Parts: sequence; C-alpha cells; structure tokens
Amino acid sequence: MASVETAQPKEVLTTVDGTPLKVSLARALRREKLRAALLVAPLFLYITITFFFPIGDMLFRGVEDPIVSSNLPNTAKELQRWDDTTNELPDEQTFAALVADVTAGAKDKLITRVGKRLNYEKPGMSSLFRKSQRRLPRIEEGPFKEAVIKVDKKWGDVETWKVIKTFSPPYTSGYFFHAIDMKLEPGGDIRLKGEDERIYLQLFWKTLYLSGLITLFTLILGYPIAYLLATLPLKTGNVLLMLVLLPFWTSLLVRTTSWIALLQREGVINDLLVAIGFIDTENRLAMIHNATGTVVAMTHILLPFMILPLYSVMKTIPPSYVRAGISLGAHPFSAFWKVYAPNTVPGIGAGGILVFILAIGYYITPALVGGTSGTFISNLIAYHVSVSLNWGLAAALGIMLLGLVLVLYIVYDKIVGIDNMKLG
Amino acid sequence: MKLLHSPKIFASITGAALLVAGGFAATQAQELTVVSWGGAYSASQQKAYHDPYMAANPGVTIVNDDSASEGVAKLRAQAEVGNVTWDLLDAIAADAITLCDEGLIEEIDHDAMLAAAPDGTPASQDFGELIVSPCFVPQIVYSTTFGYRTDLVASAPTGIADVFDLNKIPGKRSLEKKPINNMEWALLADGVSADAVYDVLDTPEGVSQAFAKLDTIKDQVVWWTRGAQPPQLLADGEVVMASAYNGRLFSAIEEEKQPIAMMWEWQVFDIDGWVVPVGTPNKDAVLTYLKFATDTQRLADQAKYISYGPARLSSAPLVGKHDTLGIDMAPHMPTDPNNAKNTLLFNYEWWADNQDDLNERFNSWLQ
Repeated sequence: MASVETAQPKEVLTTVDGTPLKVSLARALRREKLRAALLVAPLFLYITITFFFPIGDMLFRGVEDPIVSSNLPNTAKELQRWDDTTNELPDEQTFAALVADVTAGAKDKLITRVGKRLNYEKPGMSSLFRKSQRRLPRIEEGPFKEAVIKVDKKWGDVETWKVIKTFSPPYTSGYFFHAIDMKLEPGGDIRLKGEDERIYLQLFWKTLYLSGLITLFTLILGYPIAYLLATLPLKTGNVLLMLVLLPFWTSLLVRTTSWIALLQREGVINDLLVAIGFIDTENRLAMIHNATGTVVAMTHILLPFMILPLYSVMKTIPPSYVRAGISLGAHPFSAFWKVYAPNTVPGIGAGGILVFILAIGYYITPALVGGTSGTFISNLIAYHVSVSLNWGLAAALGIMLLGLVLVLYIVYDKIVGIDNMKLG
Repeated sequence: MKLLHSPKIFASITGAALLVAGGFAATQAQELTVVSWGGAYSASQQKAYHDPYMAANPGVTIVNDDSASEGVAKLRAQAEVGNVTWDLLDAIAADAITLCDEGLIEEIDHDAMLAAAPDGTPASQDFGELIVSPCFVPQIVYSTTFGYRTDLVASAPTGIADVFDLNKIPGKRSLEKKPINNMEWALLADGVSADAVYDVLDTPEGVSQAFAKLDTIKDQVVWWTRGAQPPQLLADGEVVMASAYNGRLFSAIEEEKQPIAMMWEWQVFDIDGWVVPVGTPNKDAVLTYLKFATDTQRLADQAKYISYGPARLSSAPLVGKHDTLGIDMAPHMPTDPNNAKNTLLFNYEWWADNQDDLNERFNSWLQ
C-alpha cells in the first residue's frame, strides 16, 4: 500500500488555466451528456406526447367507468346502503336522490349518457334513461318511489337497480370480463356467457393461429429467396432485391384489392382453372372472403419483412463454411442443414417475430378479404371504436392484445433469446 | 444560423411565411366544413346545395369531408378534446338520435331556423314525422332494398321469401354485416306479419327464430360493410342478389347499365339528414347555409342527381328528370307508390335499446 501511495503524484494535474483536470474532465463529460440528452429530447418528447400519452389514456379507458358515479352521484351513494340480495326495491330516499340527480343532469343531457353506458350491460336501459331524462324532472314532490315507477315500470324492477349499483364505482373490471367472454352480473357474480354470445376468446385464438400460419408461409417462401439474394453476384442480386422491395413500395390497399381481383369467384385464377378444365364453372373455388383470402394476401404483404432480415443475416455467412463442410465429406444437404441453417437462426427469429407481431395487429387486409372466417381481433377492436362506440371494451381488448404480444415476446426471449436476433 | 445571413434564402423564407399567413387570413373569410358520405352522394349535394350557395355567397367556401361513415366516433373524439372542427354533419337518423342524446349536436327550432314551404306551411309540418329527433334536419328518404342479376338468377325474385329460398334462386347473396334489417327480413320471410315484427323480435324466441332463418342461407352469404360494395359484388357476378341502398343500385342500373334489377318488396325506409355539432366555430354561418340547403327547391334538386326521395312533402311534386340521363326520376324513388307497396319503417327506439346486445349475438353467430 505504501508504495502505491508514494507512486501517486503529489500535485493535482491541472489544465492550462489551472482548473484540476478531474473537474475539467467531469465538466466536459457533463456537457457531452447534456448535448446528447438535448439531441434525444425532441424524439423523446415526440414519442411521449404522441405515443405514450394517447395510448396510456386509451388503455386507461379499459378500467375507467366514471359515467354512473359522476352523473348520478347521490343515487350511487344511496345505493351503497342498499342490499341487492334481498330482492326488494331501494328505499324512498334513493328514489328521491335519483330524481334530484336526473333533474340536475337533464339540462346538459348527461342522463342519456348513463343510459347508453348501461345499455351495454342490459338491453332497454337506453330508452329508460332517455324517457326518464324527459319526465323525472317534472316530479316535484314525494312520494318519489310511486311517481318514478309510474314514469316507467322498469324502475320497479330490482334488476334495473342492480345494474346501476354494479356499475356505480368509478372503476370497473366489467370490460375485461366482456373481453374474455364472461359477464359481470349485477350483484358481482361472474359467469361465462352463453354459447351463442361467445366471440372474443375464439377470435383471439384464431388471430394467433392465422398469424402463426402466415409467419410459417412467409418463412417457407422467403427463405429460398433470401438465400438466392445473398448468394447471387451483387449485380443480379440487387435487381432481385428491387423486385422484393417493389411491392413494399406499393400501397397496401392496391395490393389487397389486386388479390380480390385475382382470387374472387369470377376472378383471374378461377377463370383460368375453368378455362383449362380443372374445375367446372359451378364449382369455382372460394378463395376470398374467408380465412384463405386473409392468409394468402397477408403472406404476400408481409413477405418483405421476412426476406430482409434473413437476407441481411445470410449475407454475413461466409460461403467458405459450407464449402469447408463439403470438402470434409458432408453431403451438400447436411452441410447446408448443419452448417448454414444454424447460422441463419437470428434472421429467422427476427423475421418471424417481426411478421408475427405485425400480423397479429393487422386490420385493413382482413377487413377487406377476410369475410367472416378470416377476421382478426383487431377488426373487432376497430368495430367497437367506430361502430358500436364501446370504447371501454375496445380498450380492454387492446390491452389484452398488447399483453399477449408482450407475453409471446418474453416466451421467445426465454426459448430463443432476444440477443440472438438480428434485424439488419 | 449562418444560412439565414444569405439574403436570398432569408427572403424566400420570409416570403413563405407571408404566404402561409396570407393563406390563414384568406380562409378566415368563411370556410364551412361539411361532412358527408363521399362518392355519388356527396357529388349530388355539391351540385344541388354547395355550388349554388357558393355562387350566391362569394365569401363562403364549402369544404367536403367524406368521413360521415365514422361520424359519431369522430365527432365524439372531437368533442372530448374540445376542438370541434366540423360545421355540419350528414348523419342517418339513428346516429342523430344517439348524438342528440349525448348532447353533441345542437337542437334545432325547425320552424324558426328553416325555410317554410312555398305555400307557407311551416318546416316542422313539411318534414312531418321524419323529424325523429329535435336535433335532426331530414334531407332524404332512402331505402335498403334488393338488387339481383337478371342474367344470373334462375327466376326473378318476387318477394322477400325468395331471398331465403336457395332452391328457387341458388347462388350467393350479399347482406349487410349487421343485424339491423336482416333480422326483420328473416322474420318477414318466415311468415311473421309486418306489424308484429318488432313484437316478435322483442322476445328471445323471436330472436332465435330470426337467426334460425338466417342460418338457412348463412353459408351462401357474402357480407358487406360499405354502401359501395353490393353494387360491385353484383357487377362482378360474385353474388346473384344483394341488399343495397336504392340510390347505389340506381347508379349501377341506369348510369352504368349493369344487368341488375330491383326487388322493392319490404324495402326498409330510413332517413338521412343534417346535424349541427355543438361547438362549431361557425354556427351562424352554417345555420344560414342550412336554411338554404334544406328549402323545398334544393331538396327537389338533389333528386336530379341521385334517386333518393326528398324529405319535404312540398318537394315531391318538383322532382323532375335526371340531370344527364334525362329519365324521369319519380319511378325510381323508394317512395313511389309502385315501389312502396310493402315497406317497413325501421324502429329506432327498439334498435337503440337492443342493438348492443344483438350486435354481440350477431358477431358471435357469424364466427
């Protein structure tokens, strides 16, 4: 230790202007870091503002359910006292609170929103609240219970009140149960929906299955092409690469509608098959508006995402490896299989995960060519966003889809290893 | 920063900035964003309403936005962030009821804000019961009905039962991918009387009966989601018959001369009209426009370009010939007595209550 001590210089090293070197270095590094942070800041801000906030906000809707509690605040409070297992109507005080709440909200039409929300849970709530918004404010004095039931006899039904009570907390798990084909019953019970009402689990499964199939097909079709691209002389290889990229630059809609023209009943392929006598005109093949259409069109559309990572990996594999294998006596196939193929695994992993994740969230193509059997879960999310306007359910389905992708990503990481992936 | 010292570049940047500023100043004159359905329908509105209005009011520019098919969702999103950019929205009656319920569109005093009929009948009476919501200004009556390929069907369909009869008319048919209308048609084809349709649908057994009837043709149905699809499917020979909006079928038959004919039995009437979003930046200007665009003559003019019935009683006698084809439009109107022997009026109230449930069941049934 002592020798080390003496080896250290007595004086602190300084720069020309006399500041200690350590301080000066730290300052320079800090400036460097600050500059780096400033350079990254615009992108960081951009992503935060345009990506994380909106997505977070949208996903939050999957659990948030403030409509009943904020528009019928007094009723919700009164209902906390009510025991919904007795099959008796709430007391007079609750009815009075209801009239007060509806009177307060009627002017700004807040009450019909409650009806719209509760109609997701029980048919008939929409008209009940529309009518009540119009007529309950006219009730000026008690007894309120009779007067309210006179407006609509649904108010005399315990089920109506159970639904209101179940959905009066500001947060709900109801949308999530919906998203897995269960139903949060008034009173808090959870049951699996009837067979003719189930839809989402099956659709999640179908989305996974078809996406897997599409990934497999892009691999089978893309692998030889990538191999060809990587092994051809640069000049011809580049021409071929252009051919791979050309459809990539063509509008997605154009490519999808081209497939409709090719595959439909009166389309090019069917016409050709009829013309050569392979099938007769009554038995034209149904290749579109079903799962086949989705798989065919999406395999084509996603093919470049498989070819490019494969190609970039294959280009780095020296041809001498396989030559060495063969010269050591291996059959060309086993040289390929044992030497070349293992080296392409990072490319397969990258291409596979890229295609699979893109496929699982695809929505335009399945909507156009998928018919009923070839639609994905994202089509139903879009449906709930823009048609049924049940944004809570759409958000819950979105969260589940996001969760599913993350889980698959983790599984992939555990089995193949994410470091083992090469995107380019 | 050095670049800015180059006078040439500096000048051009200032120039561009001035141009942009000038552009803003010009648009502030008066620009109305009118949201409608695009295609032939928007074109008919352009010719019948927008062009004459802009000719009479040079300070006003009307900008078309074709996103009416997602009108409710988009307007809701705009209202939620407090930035409503639309001035007028074309909406079907059911959507108008929803939007009015949610307080997203303005209530209209029909008599005070809209023009009276030429004979002085107040607007509210001229539109009559088509005013299904206090926020709604009716524009056209349209119907969802059937078209079939005259050259591909074994025999011409004569009634709704034929749509469900695969023996009489084999081949694919196209229906809209939602329960509305299809449920009603299934029950009518199954022998339920028109008066009783909604009473039957109101029971679980009735719903099952409708689905059972739809089951009989399920694997022969190609489902459509956009109004432009069924005429295309018919023209391509993908299906032999299809439900479609009558105006779309009219263009396929008369303008594109496709071998298609109409089957009007049990056409379902619906109404389409204007609604004014709450929070539009140009409320006064848009109400002035609305008064012009929904007067008796303007509504009758629209029928020159597309075969939808004008919503005013007083417009009906003024409906003339097609603008370019020169054919009489009256026989092509869904309201023409020959076409309207058996019609069903869509029950808004019932569907408002039951659509969430039935959509879910329908989607599940489709899988």
